[in-house]
Amino acid sequence: MMAIILMIVTALVFPGIILRVRSLASGRKGPRLMQPMKEIAILLGKGSVFGDTTGIVFRIAPAISLSAILCSMLVLPFANQKPVISFDGDFIFFSFLLALGKFFSIIGALDTGSSFQGMGANREALFSMLIEPAFFILLATFAMFTGYTSFSGIFSHFNIAGDYYVLLFSILAVYIFVQIAVIENSRIPVDDPKTHLELTMIHEVMILDNSGFDKALIHIGSYLKFAIFGTLLYNIFATTGMSTFLHVVLFFLVQIVYAVIIGLVESFRARNKMDKNPKFILTILAIAWLAFVLILTMTSRLI
Amino acid sequence: MNIAGIFILLTLVSFLVFFVRNSLKYFLSLFILGAGIIITCLWSLPVLLNKDTIEITIDLPFINDSLRLVIDKISAFFILVINITIPVGFLYAKGYLKPYYKTKTPLHFSIHYFSYIWLYLSMILVVMIREGTAFLIAWEMMAISSFLLVIFDAEDRKVLKTGISYLIQMHVGMFFILVAFLILEKGSGKMDFDSLPVYFSQHSNIILFLLFFIGFGIKAGFVPMHTWLPRAHPAAPSHVSGVMSGVMIKMGIYGIVRVLISLQSDFLVIGLIILGISLISALFGVMMAIMQHDLKQLLAFSSIENIGIIGMGLGLGIIGIAKGNHTLSILGLSGGLLHVLNHSLFKSLLFFNTGSVYQATHTRNMEKLGGLMKKMPWTAALFFIGSLALCGLPPFNGFISEYLIVIGMFKSLPLADLNHSVVLLCAITSLVLAGGLAIFCFTKAFGITFLGQPRSEEAIAPNEACKMMILPQTVTVLFILLIGLASPLFVKPVFEMVTAGFYITDTIPTVESSIMNLSKISILSGIFIGIVILLLVYRSFHLKRRLVTTGPVWGCAYTVSSPKQQYTAASYSYNYNYLAKPLLGTQKIMEEMEEEEIFPGERDFRSFSEDMFRTKLIDVPVGRISGMLKKIAVMQTGEIRHYILYAFVFILFVLLLTFFNLI
Repeated sequence: MMAIILMIVTALVFPGIILRVRSLASGRKGPRLMQPMKEIAILLGKGSVFGDTTGIVFRIAPAISLSAILCSMLVLPFANQKPVISFDGDFIFFSFLLALGKFFSIIGALDTGSSFQGMGANREALFSMLIEPAFFILLATFAMFTGYTSFSGIFSHFNIAGDYYVLLFSILAVYIFVQIAVIENSRIPVDDPKTHLELTMIHEVMILDNSGFDKALIHIGSYLKFAIFGTLLYNIFATTGMSTFLHVVLFFLVQIVYAVIIGLVESFRARNKMDKNPKFILTILAIAWLAFVLILTMTSRLI
Repeated sequence: MNIAGIFILLTLVSFLVFFVRNSLKYFLSLFILGAGIIITCLWSLPVLLNKDTIEITIDLPFINDSLRLVIDKISAFFILVINITIPVGFLYAKGYLKPYYKTKTPLHFSIHYFSYIWLYLSMILVVMIREGTAFLIAWEMMAISSFLLVIFDAEDRKVLKTGISYLIQMHVGMFFILVAFLILEKGSGKMDFDSLPVYFSQHSNIILFLLFFIGFGIKAGFVPMHTWLPRAHPAAPSHVSGVMSGVMIKMGIYGIVRVLISLQSDFLVIGLIILGISLISALFGVMMAIMQHDLKQLLAFSSIENIGIIGMGLGLGIIGIAKGNHTLSILGLSGGLLHVLNHSLFKSLLFFNTGSVYQATHTRNMEKLGGLMKKMPWTAALFFIGSLALCGLPPFNGFISEYLIVIGMFKSLPLADLNHSVVLLCAITSLVLAGGLAIFCFTKAFGITFLGQPRSEEAIAPNEACKMMILPQTVTVLFILLIGLASPLFVKPVFEMVTAGFYITDTIPTVESSIMNLSKISILSGIFIGIVILLLVYRSFHLKRRLVTTGPVWGCAYTVSSPKQQYTAASYSYNYNYLAKPLLGTQKIMEEMEEEEIFPGERDFRSFSEDMFRTKLIDVPVGRISGMLKKIAVMQTGEIRHYILYAFVFILFVLLLTFFNLI
């Protein structure tokens, strides 16, 4: 339960921090920390406009996507605390459920029958499907290292305080997790949510026609996704034998650093050319294989 | 009179289809199928649930011989798979064949129904017969009856040609099985599946296994033996493609499983061979599927992908046996075999609904469809459920089998040595990548066909499929949801079947923990559905109190948008095509724009990707052979004196040979 509460709290401030960092980096003062939440409140208060070519799929897709994200939170542990439900291979369920959410957001976009949304839909489909194996390879390396096949088993037996190899491995793992999170959430360098031209968007162009309640759900979903990956990141760092209070403090520290890094990357880095994206994603896949080689060495299978 | 006697009687009654009145033909066939299903369920369900193998001996009339039918758990499982999809397909056919009543003669229908019954009977026999000759006869009946079903529309030359090419390829497969059986007879003295272990314990396992694998693999559709699949499915009527893809290709899997359970040595090599071919099948199948614009062809390639997933499960299971890793064996084999059932459910569902689309719009080309969901909501909903299940997404059945395979690999990773872990990781990567691409493929198939706006005249005013076509499919949907939501109920018998069939010992811890995990998945799936319902109910409540209007879709400030501006199937896969081109060799045919052409006229654009295996393995060699034969055809002059000359030369030749004592 703890994990869920912490994720919700993180999701409340996370986008605000990114926004603030971006503003500061470009020399502006920036909006208040809770501004994104206010925008969601405004959206929730508004009515809705539906495209006249859209059907039922367009209307139910955002709600189902968000449900998938909410449900996937149930299997995430927090430090030494067990998740709500834990079983062998819960990360398979987790990942496939997120894919289900993606499936719905893609066909929701296709339901509008506009040329822009189809464009975003197929890009999002391709990129997020290409990155899927990286997540599984990374978890396979974790499973090989710890001998467990569930989130809570893996994270409670993964201790970076061991030797330097483990540290190196966890740096790789963190890097891959961050990149997966970036791609899942369609941020720079794969996609730029603040771009002004529809032709160059991925995620934003898919949700052009959503309004009011549905749009609020989509935003909530993407904020929660950040928090989900943030929790996974923290779990890599979390060492056993600390008090829960210390864990919570460290958790927020990690989340803030994570948000600041994303904000800084977005301030100083340009978006990839669209053709470059597959290469970028496949590179991450290659790095995941590198982590596998590292694990082979560490568990003295290779040498 | 015992049950077996009634079964024999059914085969004889089936000939009556030719003689009864027109209106009765369908119902007589339905009665025969129903009776057959009841009988085989009576045989197989007890076996599957608790009992041991049962044996039935039938004294054949007219010939002094008896037929021995053996039903063990594996046979019983495959009988169950057959028994679900066959009746649904036949009930669906009632509505689907209605437009043909005007154009086809009663004889056409008699042959069609008769073949359908015999396809069913022969498949049932294939999974029960152990004796080689009888098995081959049943196998041949299956090929011929399915051939007759495929060429229902034989007035179309293309259909006939496809049908004949299908028949030839089936017989190539049959040839391999025959050779394998002959080798078996020579080695063990008996031509019988039961004598396989005897043979395998004395001889090398690989060669005989490979012969069987190629023979059965052609039926199953493993790459590179898949070439008949993408052609035969679009040619056949939809209920037939559904049954063929859902059930008949699984007979190939049955054959492979039957050989696998008898293996005695060389497990590792054989497991690696199966796994390697399956990985290629899974990836190649889905990669090609994305490029197809013909819905049925897309589904056919996706069948190849799913056969690959089934094969992966089997291959991993055999590798597990080789390594003494019981967890991997039982989870891999159970996952693969459960996927047989799952695929038969969702793939037949997808084919049936593609048939409904074809009946309503007279086209299967996605580029001409679009917006069908508004006119055909039930068909769309059924196709949608099929797509989700096929992509292996929870809470549907496809997820359960993929989960079993993936968790089997993960659980054996910590103990694996270097080679083993590299193999496992390659398999995980490929399986997940194939799953991801399947999502790409089916968002395209569903999105382009059913969502958006109509892309052509045909798709503007289609009628919803009649109730007779939709109602039977609820049975399939029910099974899809049941397996997805109450998986322990279905997985447990599968575990028992695998344990008993492959003689795997020490399985209790794995089985118990897996059942525990699956029940937790069921709980989570239930929670997920609960959240969805809550959120949707709240949403409708929320929107009721607010202003809801409709307006034009955003067209980048361009106000006169038309359906032609929508994303098409080709443009949806454009980005993907950019990546996959080197592997698939996609080609496009278009006229380039002239420089001085100020007002461009109408022009065609077509993109397609050739199946490289088909070109290299079938088209090129066949072309060479027929080229050679054409050259020899110079001798066929039609003048009798030439033929006398040939005879004379031949006699002279033989004489000379005997003169020099050469023969």
